[in-house]
Amino acid sequence: MSCQKMETRILAYVDGRLKEGERAEVDKHLAGCAACRLRVNEFRAVNELLDELPVIEPSGAFNARVHALVAAEPAKRRSWFAWLTPSPRIAFVASLLLVATVWLGSRQTPPPQIEPTDLPVVESTDYDVISSFAPLSDLSQTPDDDASDSDATSQQQQPQQM
Amino acid sequence: MTRSDVQLMLDVKAGDQQSFELLLQRYRTPLVNFLYRMVRSREQAEDLAQEVFLRVYRAREDYEPSAKFTTWLFRIATNLALNSLRDHRYQKLEISMDAPIVADAEGGDERMMEVADEHPDIEQHLVEEARKKMIRHAIEKLPEKQRAAVLLHKYQELDYSEISKILRCSESALKSLLFRAYETLRVELAPLVARAAK
Repeated sequence: MSCQKMETRILAYVDGRLKEGERAEVDKHLAGCAACRLRVNEFRAVNELLDELPVIEPSGAFNARVHALVAAEPAKRRSWFAWLTPSPRIAFVASLLLVATVWLGSRQTPPPQIEPTDLPVVESTDYDVISSFAPLSDLSQTPDDDASDSDATSQQQQPQQM
Repeated sequence: MTRSDVQLMLDVKAGDQQSFELLLQRYRTPLVNFLYRMVRSREQAEDLAQEVFLRVYRAREDYEPSAKFTTWLFRIATNLALNSLRDHRYQKLEISMDAPIVADAEGGDERMMEVADEHPDIEQHLVEEARKKMIRHAIEKLPEKQRAAVLLHKYQELDYSEISKILRCSESALKSLLFRAYETLRVELAPLVARAAK
């Protein structure tokens, strides 16, 4: 073991926290390294000096102040988004309602089929739609016919415009 | 039979206030001492320790025993202490060495000891106080993270894995941190160390 590797083990060695195998390795190194032996002794001394600091006791009012802080807390603190999470009861009732809605929807009778023959025939006497169009036979005329037709039409319309 | 910390915390979660009281009794002194050595003010240390307990109480609903209770507890305490030190970095108290102030239980917040004239062994007492003051100063001079590591390792006797989780570093980084801290202490306390190491 090198002196550098000792750096990561020296404190655990002083504390007695090393495993048996690691401890044996350190012991072996220390047997041949005076510098590390001195450092171990010095770290041990530092450790013992730290033990000299006394332990202080909290003041008499400490517990009372903690109790007061705790008493001032609301009974149950909920997070910002807690309202988004439904309670188990609400979730259960909502699930039941959903299932019931789907079930009732599936049981609904389909709308009655309407036969074409059942449809009423509307006969309008107010407006004669068919007679307002030109007869279909007119569509078979050539463009020239159309031009002559349009002339004829314009001739027919002229007197109306007058 | 003594209930474990985790069991007590689970009982607190279930609404048992008495278990919270037991945790308070169990950890109030270690927490106040740790925080006192971190922030160097007894009053501030108590305020922070109370805040730690309040946070533990507030977190009871969400508590899951995924780590050791002490790891969680001292992580809260360490974070509060480091934040407090950051906030008060520029408000360091400068108290005159001439001010005759009564010391607290650990020998005083940087203040002169007022020793009764009728003290039977006044010289010995002063030597001991000077020694403690030197040790306290050496710890205080450590960088904050090194100080936290030494306090958790030495006084709370937490293992390396716990401390590394509290300080959010690897175990090897923690060992290196502790080594550097002890090196600094060795130098700062050289007169005392030399005598003790002989």
